[in-house]
Amino acid sequence: MARFDLEKTSLRELNAWLHGQPDAHVAVLNPAGRHNIAVGVDAETDIDIEGHVGYYCAGMNKNARITVHGSAGPGVAENMMSGEVRISGNASQYAGASGHGGLLVIGGDASGRCGISMKGIDIVVAGNAGHMSAFMAQKGHLVICGDAGDYLGDSLYEAVIYVRGAMGLLGTDCIEKKMSPAHKETLAALLKAANLTHPVEEFRRFGSARTLYHFDIDNADTY
Amino acid sequence: MSNPENLRASATFPLHVINEIHRAADQGIYEIRGFGAKRRVPSFDDLLFLGASISRYPLEGYRERCATNVTLGNRHAKKPIELAIPITIAGMSFGALGANAKESLGRAATAMGTSTTTGDGGMTEEERQSSKTLVYQVLPSRYGLNPDDLRRADALEVVIGQGAKPGGGGMLLGQKITERVAGMRDLPAGIDQRSACRHPDWTGPDDLEIKIQELREITDWQIPIYVKVGATRVGYDVALAVKAGADVIVLDGMQGGTAATQDVFIEHVGIPTLPAVRMAVDALQDLNMHRKVQLIVSGGIRTGADAAKALALGADAVSIGSAAMVALGCNRDVYADDYAAMQTRAGYCHHCHTGRCPVGVATQDPDLEARLRPEQGATWVRNYLTTMVLEMQTIARACGKSHVLNLEPEDLTALTLEAAAMARIPLAGTAWIPGINGQ
Repeated sequence: MARFDLEKTSLRELNAWLHGQPDAHVAVLNPAGRHNIAVGVDAETDIDIEGHVGYYCAGMNKNARITVHGSAGPGVAENMMSGEVRISGNASQYAGASGHGGLLVIGGDASGRCGISMKGIDIVVAGNAGHMSAFMAQKGHLVICGDAGDYLGDSLYEAVIYVRGAMGLLGTDCIEKKMSPAHKETLAALLKAANLTHPVEEFRRFGSARTLYHFDIDNADTY
Repeated sequence: MSNPENLRASATFPLHVINEIHRAADQGIYEIRGFGAKRRVPSFDDLLFLGASISRYPLEGYRERCATNVTLGNRHAKKPIELAIPITIAGMSFGALGANAKESLGRAATAMGTSTTTGDGGMTEEERQSSKTLVYQVLPSRYGLNPDDLRRADALEVVIGQGAKPGGGGMLLGQKITERVAGMRDLPAGIDQRSACRHPDWTGPDDLEIKIQELREITDWQIPIYVKVGATRVGYDVALAVKAGADVIVLDGMQGGTAATQDVFIEHVGIPTLPAVRMAVDALQDLNMHRKVQLIVSGGIRTGADAAKALALGADAVSIGSAAMVALGCNRDVYADDYAAMQTRAGYCHHCHTGRCPVGVATQDPDLEARLRPEQGATWVRNYLTTMVLEMQTIARACGKSHVLNLEPEDLTALTLEAAAMARIPLAGTAWIPGINGQ
């Protein structure tokens, strides 16, 4: 297992090494809230980051399994394509923003705009998620095991949202929808992947009413 | 009955204003259209060059060398962009434009030794294959954005805004959203696709600095990172982009085009390219970063004279979008029935948003797109770029310059008070620069 101590090794050296042919298991020590740790990785490798990270950790990840043993700053796993990113603590704004694929698991709470513009990523938040989460979300799933902040799913496209806790105000064009057996199956798989054991019956499903898919002057007062 | 020759139009309510009020009264919604601003604004037309005479001597036309090459992005990148000419092709999306148009632009740019640029919706294979030097835009929508394309780009362009609509996003109407366009954007086919006005994961200049660092880390500091802004508060925006680490600033004035936006936005938001260039150069000089961070100017560049004037004011290169589309056949006087079906005609068409482009440029309709063959389109754009370069060289030689980048403000004079004040160039026949001196 390779070990990088960011008190002794530069971020540039770490990322450059990760962009080569990294070992199967990598430990990153003393992240100390640094930004852009393990961005753009494209390798089947396990990366353990031992502490808190700043902006954009695991940004644009492909294939790697990255675990942050701490909390993450804004934009963690932004535009992720595949692989897994797990945060043991909380995540700041825009977690998983515009992610195209892969799984993001947030062990604590997620701040506002979690899953904004998501394009296929699956996000599981063990705690609460802040306001405007899944804003303009296009594809993928957002699972919120705690409470959802106001304006959830505003201007939603085809992403699917599951919420277990209390609901704030729903965003424009976001509505509650029926849970079918297929949805329960999908949700159960996501919870299992996140190592969570909540019964799927405790969740409600939300999706797009699709009334904003074509610009309509009669909707003008909802914009 | 009075003589019709004596009818007097209202200056406050000219015919186009009356027609627009009638249209608004009928439809209850603003007009959405393509192309760019149609109003007259102070522009490069209001500047003239002072050719050489006794105090300066010219270079021999067709004989003495006048170089045109330019290097972009040598502030941080290991592989800066080397262009043979200082005219690049601006970002235009696959979706707004058809694949044949994008391929035509790529082929022409490659033949001329310059770059072309992706747009909203991501990078197409045709575009990458046909473009030797391709700038990859990182846009607020993030449609189609992926790290593989980041790494096979020759430069990145973080788009903050666009001259036609600074502060606004975009809307690609459903009629242009084919299965292929929809697939690249991860959205259902046929629906209106909103392009966000803000990036999803950063909000201010301090965040932008970290975002740029992320892009550099992902691309291993190999390629330049441009920042594109629509011209509004240019001095602040340029300074903040430099502070955030940009290698190149792309400044798009209000005459810049768009595929689809509200007419009121196109005509009433942003400032013209002419004052914007001066403001940007001032900001770069204040920071001692002029020529260290390069400036690309776009928005209403149509001729070699426009390009030469932008360079003389301090730009390092210009970029063309609408003009390149016109070279591809936009508004060409053919297919009259198809223009008429949209209640317009050649020379007046701004119907990019409909997807019914008669000349096959701004469309996803296979039958219409087939009207533009990439070989023909590339030839047209190459010829047009060649003409622009010859025009630039003609002017530069007349001003005694052996490189077009040696053109300088002292080579210019202003035709109007507005242009003199905005570009800070003396009014013709005087030494007067309004706001600077009282002569």
